[in-house]
Amino acid sequence: MPAATDRGEASEATALPVSYRAATKVYPGASRPAVDELTLDVNAGEICVLVGPSGCGKTTAMRLVNRMVELTSGDVLVGGRSVRERDPAELRREIGYVIQQTGLFPHRTIAENIATVPRLLGWDRERIEARVDELIELIRLDPEMRDRYPAQLSGGQQQRVGVARALAANPGVLLMDEPFGAVDPINRERLQNELLRLQAEVRKTILFVTHDIDEAIKMGDRVAVLRTGGRLAQYATPAELLMEPADGFVEDFVGADRALKRLALLRVGDLDLWEAPLAYVGQPTAEVRAKLAGAEVPHALLVDSERRPLGWLSESDLRQELVPRVPDSSPEPLIDVSDILRDALSDLLQAESRYAPVVDGQGRIAGVLSVDVISDFLGSGEARTDEHGAVDRAPGASGA
Amino acid sequence: MTALVAQLDPSFFRDRSESDCIRENGAFCLDWALDNLDRYVTPTLEHLVLVVVSVALGFALAFAMALLSHRRRWLVPPFLGLTGVLYTIPSLAFFFLLLPITGRGADTAIIALTAYNLQIIYRNVMAGLANVPAAATDAGRGMGMTERQLTWRVELPLALPEIIAGVRIATVSTVAIATLAVFAGGGGLGSELIAGSNITFRTGVAIAGGIAIAMAIAFDLLLVLLQRRLVPWRLAAERRSREGARFASLVRRVRGAVP
Repeated sequence: MPAATDRGEASEATALPVSYRAATKVYPGASRPAVDELTLDVNAGEICVLVGPSGCGKTTAMRLVNRMVELTSGDVLVGGRSVRERDPAELRREIGYVIQQTGLFPHRTIAENIATVPRLLGWDRERIEARVDELIELIRLDPEMRDRYPAQLSGGQQQRVGVARALAANPGVLLMDEPFGAVDPINRERLQNELLRLQAEVRKTILFVTHDIDEAIKMGDRVAVLRTGGRLAQYATPAELLMEPADGFVEDFVGADRALKRLALLRVGDLDLWEAPLAYVGQPTAEVRAKLAGAEVPHALLVDSERRPLGWLSESDLRQELVPRVPDSSPEPLIDVSDILRDALSDLLQAESRYAPVVDGQGRIAGVLSVDVISDFLGSGEARTDEHGAVDRAPGASGA
Repeated sequence: MTALVAQLDPSFFRDRSESDCIRENGAFCLDWALDNLDRYVTPTLEHLVLVVVSVALGFALAFAMALLSHRRRWLVPPFLGLTGVLYTIPSLAFFFLLLPITGRGADTAIIALTAYNLQIIYRNVMAGLANVPAAATDAGRGMGMTERQLTWRVELPLALPEIIAGVRIATVSTVAIATLAVFAGGGGLGSELIAGSNITFRTGVAIAGGIAIAMAIAFDLLLVLLQRRLVPWRLAAERRSREGARFASLVRRVRGAVP
């Protein structure tokens, strides 16, 4: 099967399902299997997170797919074909591969790194160049970085290049081994959101390995919880996992704060946000004060002509004749409609602020989030998502 | 002192001026040196050939051995042992051991000099390959590189700094050891160092030694320049870490300024 479609278009690639059939791996000299009779189906175009404590065989299970680890018994099917009958190098060129330490080649520029698999596949020069440009745009990297070396990029940028490199030849399956494990928490959250945005565009089948249950719940369409010895404890949607853990092990692993974790299943856009009275520079303050009278949010938000938040107006700002420019008042924390509720709440609490403007993909005001909004929502019973599909997996597409 | 010089064959000196400097075997007789520079041209060229040929041969052999043993780890101990033993043979003894087999001449010298380079270069190539980040090889393999592609496109380029470092050490030490090639009939600057089988002619020693030192430095500089050209990514990484260090010290200073 050809690895790539004719043009370098990401959307044209077909995602392939991955099926484990009693897949078992026993390392030479080991008394117990690292992966024990693993059977599970990953649907095409879904993110399946393999999660579990260290030594549970999650990375080994992932590496069985591209034969970086050879099966002892059982089988793994990619797009219905057994990996056993494939040439390893050929198989791997059809499967994207992202690892924690990025594994970028230090001696190659960003463009050359991204072009690795297309080169191995013998694409012609122009097609490779076009594809590299396309991917640099896709991961929103400054095109100036094209000819830099990996060491000149930040950790977060390197990780994004790693993802771009894995996507280069339009693989049907993407393997990601703790891709954000070495990134600081702030960047991790950003990279996670970016991957979800990317996934909404490219719709790959992704096997994602992590030891972080929060990351698993946030990223996975389905989560496979593995226990030590490489046995599958539960394979379910994140919502199911939180509502009905299969046994004590899963319950422990998911954690006592299961209820709180459910916040990760919701996006800010799912909530009924409040509205703040908007004010524009140069507008008569009398108008703004009139709007303030019956408003949900007792502060006026200064926005620019594109309705992008500039900052909050204070009492003294409104005592003037016309709305002034207030460059030093910050609208932070700015929250994106596609942020998950857990992250948004955390931002809100961290900033010790009562209200936070919520913006859409273009940075325009979409509403205001407050702790009250969240507690109203949770109290209303709507928060009970029994279907993970209820969560919009395409951030940016909602609430715009 | 004068007595020693008197033992030299008088025809050795083209300078018939019998200058005081020569007669007294001064540390360095500039007049004589300027007058006799041409006698050093041939030995210098011979020396160059000895160095270039034996480093090139040593590199080719050691590199082949490294490639061979890179994926056949069981070959590493015998290779290290063999090159190690060769390396320990004193050079003069090596020449005399070879004389009955290869006879007097540059060939004998080159064989011995090449043997010395094996250990240095082999060790460095292997060290370079061992230092390649595991993540880079894992990623290369995981993206579908064959073992050969992995070696040539990832591992060897990343090992290049160590490989070139090995060649630098080998070259500089070969420039020095090649002065002994004269005992194998190999010519080179050694023939001037021991001019007239007497190593006490101080000006001669200074000139021949000076040329050897200059040659070593020149080779070293050339290889440094080569490395700069071949390993541009290393420079980029170093620049970044320097900037990082500078930033960190700036932060420390700013922090220090705030009570």
